[in-house]
Amino acid sequence: MEESVPHITREQAPQGARARLQGQWTAARLAEPAAWEGIQGELQALAQPALAGCEWDLHTVQGLDHTGAQLLWNAWGRQWPQNLNLLPAQRAMLERVARFSVAPPVPQRRSFWKVFLSLGAAIWQVLDHLQGVVRLIGQLLLDLMRLARAPRAGPWRDVSGHLYHIGATALPITALVGFLIGVVLAYLMSLQLRQFGADAFIVDILGISLIRELGPVLAAILLAGRSGSAITAQIGVMRVTEELDAMRVMGIPKGYRLVMPRAMAMALAMPLITVWTTLAALLGGMLAADLVMGVTPAYFVEALPKAVEVSNLTLAVCKSIVFGLLIAIIGCHYGLRVKPNTESLGQGTTASVVTSITVVILVDALFAVLFKDIGI
Amino acid sequence: MNPVNQITRPPVVQISKLCSVFRSAGHQAVIHKDLDLVIGAGELLSIVGGSGSGKTVLLRQILGLETPAQGSVMVLGKPAAELGDAGAASRVGMLFQHGALFSAFSVLDNIAFPLRELKNLPESLVRDAALVKLQMVGLDASQAYKMPADLSGGMIKRVALARALIMDPPLLLLDEPTAGLDPDSADAFCALLRSLHRELDLTVVMVTHDLDTLFELSTRVAVVADKRVVINAPPKEVIAFPHPFIHDFFLGERGQRAMELLREYPFAV
Repeated sequence: MEESVPHITREQAPQGARARLQGQWTAARLAEPAAWEGIQGELQALAQPALAGCEWDLHTVQGLDHTGAQLLWNAWGRQWPQNLNLLPAQRAMLERVARFSVAPPVPQRRSFWKVFLSLGAAIWQVLDHLQGVVRLIGQLLLDLMRLARAPRAGPWRDVSGHLYHIGATALPITALVGFLIGVVLAYLMSLQLRQFGADAFIVDILGISLIRELGPVLAAILLAGRSGSAITAQIGVMRVTEELDAMRVMGIPKGYRLVMPRAMAMALAMPLITVWTTLAALLGGMLAADLVMGVTPAYFVEALPKAVEVSNLTLAVCKSIVFGLLIAIIGCHYGLRVKPNTESLGQGTTASVVTSITVVILVDALFAVLFKDIGI
Repeated sequence: MNPVNQITRPPVVQISKLCSVFRSAGHQAVIHKDLDLVIGAGELLSIVGGSGSGKTVLLRQILGLETPAQGSVMVLGKPAAELGDAGAASRVGMLFQHGALFSAFSVLDNIAFPLRELKNLPESLVRDAALVKLQMVGLDASQAYKMPADLSGGMIKRVALARALIMDPPLLLLDEPTAGLDPDSADAFCALLRSLHRELDLTVVMVTHDLDTLFELSTRVAVVADKRVVINAPPKEVIAFPHPFIHDFFLGERGQRAMELLREYPFAV
């Protein structure tokens, strides 16, 4: 056996059995599988009553750390053995371990009552979130009125910065996703329509579904994932680094400087991105229709205005403004509630994205019901 | 620290001809140039220097978190860059300025983390060892299941110290150990560091701006200025060394009060 591997040798001394400890009794060496199994077996053997009075010899130990000392102390049943032979430094180490070895505190268990109470707490929390969002919306209205009174003093630099990050940098990804969705949709539709010889209706189906529903929802989901999370993370990190507290102390209103510019940028960018995504999707659909069904782009462009009323586009734009505002407000809401630790930041960002996507789809359903008579 | 030990034991940290360079967007900043520093076993060395003189960078070089542009950093006989492998915690412990506790873990899990990473040790032993360390740094076992977010600044430092010490490393690095603590907590923390240094026979390297801490604890002081270590000697000799930075730092108005401590703590003189 290698010299430094911790191990125990049992030998017969004139006074009785003697356990001689050798090697390095340090955490790193003890954790080696071979060493650990050997020691474990030997310590169990030595714990038998027949060997109770055996002598422990620590002179030959090359190094003893607190983990090694703790292991011995536990093996001795947390009391000093009658026959112990060791160096002063080792005794000091063991005495420290002996002094500080206590019964571990009992972690608090979750009782059924606590689980029951946590249900109520969860409901309160949902209400609390709702209240927070409503308060943010109210504050946003007040801030917009303040802006309307003094438009020159508004945080326009912030707005344009956010507009760039939320809108301009999202153009490639939204175009790509929109284009592919358009291709997929046209391709699948063509298979169905061909059975009925209704090839020309591809324009109606694509036009209505993309312009009225898929364009706004797709753009909203992409921007919720892309910019909603960014908003939460930005504001959340400001909480962690105490920037929010610094703003408050300096009397800079966070609603006016943080929430409003983001909400405005989102409300401006979202309809534009929606139109852009819809155009990309229509382009994809048009190309796929041409390739698969022989519906020429010229016919597609000519038939589209007849198939889809302008009110559909108006509805889509209105919808997307609402989506944009909601995503920005939910992002800000979760960002402002982040607690100053890393875990909370992650949870806040996740909650923000999940909530904003859910809310977007809920509100979209609401729009579908409310405006079912318009444009179709 | 008997003198025999100092002669026979090899130095813990050996830095020779160290050059640190930071490059960013076109320009480069030279932080260290031909810096030499030897830290002997059992010493409690304070590194002082002005803002931006590269004290923390030096600490990070010793930890292997930065790669030297030139020169070598040897820690416990190995290049510092090789420290970051499994079991690094058994060689070097680091107390970061803000504790750097894992906020998702409880106090006990934070302290036990390096031991758990060894896998084979049973949970009961790991927990006992972590509880011993928790009490060694002056906290009560009942704090074990608290989360870092529920702790005060002083407690966070103590827990971070317990985590740094869990594997009993021979070398302990401290970045501003008393920064952000009130005077009482800072004194208590100093006393704790001193007793741990004595009891565990640690080599301690600390970066500090706090003159009280410096004179209370240090057996040696290394002054970083002009991109190198100007002097590395016991505090008394450092004060007498003619250098503009040292003169300003120790003998200004601010230094005078701390100098009083030199009389009260004879081991520093």
